[in-house]
Amino acid sequence: MSATPVLALRGISKRFGAVQVLTDVELEIRPGEVVALVGDNGAGKSTLVKTIAGVGPADDGVIEWEGRPVTVDRPHTAQELGIATVYQDLALCDNLDVVGNLFLGREIVRAGVLDEVEMERRARELLATLSIRIPSVRIPVASLSGGQRQTVAIARSLLGEPKVVILDEPTAALGVEQTAQVLDLVERLRERGLGVILISHNMADVRAVADRVAVLRLGRNNGTFEVRTTSQEEIISAITGATDNAVTRRKARTALEEK
Amino acid sequence: MSTDLPTTTDTGDNSQALADDTSGAAAAFTVDPRLLLQEEGLAGYWNTFRRKLRSGELGSLPMVVGLIIIALIFQLRDAAFLGPENLSNLFVTAAGTGLIAVGIVFVLILGEIDLSVGSVSGLAAAVFAVVNVNHGVPEWLALVIALGSGAVIGALHGFFFARVGVPAFVVTLAGLLGWNGLMLQVLGSNGTINLDDTGLIASLTNHYFTDISAGYALATLGVAAFFLFSFRDARRRKAVGVPSRPLSEIVLRSVALAVPAYVVAWLFNQYKGLPLAAVIFLGVVVALDLVLRRTSYGRKVFALGGNVEAARRAGINVSLIRISVFALSGTMAALGGMFLASQINAANQSSGAGSLLMNAIAAAVIGGTSLFGGRGKTWSALLGVLVIQSIASGMALLGIASAIQYMITGAVLLAAVVIDSVSRRVQRTTGRA
Repeated sequence: MSATPVLALRGISKRFGAVQVLTDVELEIRPGEVVALVGDNGAGKSTLVKTIAGVGPADDGVIEWEGRPVTVDRPHTAQELGIATVYQDLALCDNLDVVGNLFLGREIVRAGVLDEVEMERRARELLATLSIRIPSVRIPVASLSGGQRQTVAIARSLLGEPKVVILDEPTAALGVEQTAQVLDLVERLRERGLGVILISHNMADVRAVADRVAVLRLGRNNGTFEVRTTSQEEIISAITGATDNAVTRRKARTALEEK
Repeated sequence: MSTDLPTTTDTGDNSQALADDTSGAAAAFTVDPRLLLQEEGLAGYWNTFRRKLRSGELGSLPMVVGLIIIALIFQLRDAAFLGPENLSNLFVTAAGTGLIAVGIVFVLILGEIDLSVGSVSGLAAAVFAVVNVNHGVPEWLALVIALGSGAVIGALHGFFFARVGVPAFVVTLAGLLGWNGLMLQVLGSNGTINLDDTGLIASLTNHYFTDISAGYALATLGVAAFFLFSFRDARRRKAVGVPSRPLSEIVLRSVALAVPAYVVAWLFNQYKGLPLAAVIFLGVVVALDLVLRRTSYGRKVFALGGNVEAARRAGINVSLIRISVFALSGTMAALGGMFLASQINAANQSSGAGSLLMNAIAAAVIGGTSLFGGRGKTWSALLGVLVIQSIASGMALLGIASAIQYMITGAVLLAAVVIDSVSRRVQRTTGRA
């Protein structure tokens, strides 16, 4: 694990009208690391992801890319930096085949004509290196199972050679077997040296693949935990706020006053 | 360039199994028993065909069968139906509506509808007549102006739909009324403008390449191009290790294309020769088929028909594609209008009126383009318009009133939509929606 994070968020704040959605959020992702971003509904996970993906820029704070501050104000700039986002509602076209979906928006063109052969070759190569198994790269994605569709969506994000991949609830609504497929794929992304931000509600998934867990609660950091040395109860209490009560707040205040 | 004529049994599917490839990167796969396998040889094709039939991937097959049945019925009642004269005239009269239907195919793939094409075709004919006959502008320039006005009108519809957010149905319904009004205005008090009966527009439907070699040459060219492109494609695929068609299949497909091509060429030569209208219509169908299936523009059109949000996130300029598709529909409507004007050699107050709009939309749907968006081919315009025109021409031969003709065309259209809906449902239940 290298020392400099590929992506670091420093003091990110965002408000929608009267609602302060994010307050001074910090997050670091290093190459070859899976960071799970967890939190209860409304904790600000999606908003945070949107600031990284350039969909909804932050009001305040700095995004550092490989150590230098950058502005990510459009999805395009995020993609150019090397941040790929796989959204929860799979962004696939049901009527196009797997190759068509993988290369949608970045088709390989030879002499003004789609180079289907090259696209098919690259698609098969990519799916093979990720050990993704689908019946054929030439069937419409509508024919695929939910897990297969999710793996195709993730594979699609890798075509732009990103350094950080954000997965928004990749295992929601998937069966046991299919979830395992997706988690396998997440591990393969890590082996390739990518930084992965995994948003999930499923503690089992998080503990299975994540290296660190960053907890958001009410728009603030509520602790970052090493998965190997932390029990599930500690993480859950951080999510639900069981550690954030009158007693702990008083402790923190007195500690501050003593300084 | 694999331009499947609708007459081949294959529905243009090139999905082959991963498993029939033993070289390249995929060799690392262990074969999953659930993979789609295609066995070698003819038995393999038959099995693949049966599997597709069961899972509802019918494509154009029902209507090809339907067209054959219609032809046989009329042929049994009146031997002139399949005669050279009738078939040649059938192609020439079908060209106008067919060209309009090609534009409709694009709009339907987006999952939208264009109700204005009839009025736009009439307006384009009126514009041509006024500019050319009344103002003495040369025919070619008048043609450009007429087609250009179709494109601008279409783009205007597209703008209101894509940018302002008015449903396409309403925008083009307004167009249906508005452009018809403008056409009447443009034609003026006279109501009918006769065109030069030896001019460019007249020759669109009355010019025939009388040299018998013309038809055969075109058929040869088409088949040779099809074979060469398929062969080159297969060789490249083999070289990089992705599934390719075996040579036997390429030859089989080429023969399947050659047979109808030469039969039609022979039929045309039995009458006046190869009609210019048929050449232009086929040329447009082939060219736009290539645009749709072989360019990134066509891929984007399909993507929009599948999932607009996914297309937007993939960086596709959704508004631009939508506007361009409506502009194309307007242009094709104008081009079709030229052929319809050519048939009567005039632009008059009933240009683009009557059942033209419904026939154009029906042709696209009957030919197998889905009303639900995301699926379709330009070839379906050809197939559909041949079905509709066959019914009209057969009924006329038998002296049956147009009342019956409308009812039968309506029944065929309903059958086509039922087949589309049922096949979608079957595809869903077999997990291939």
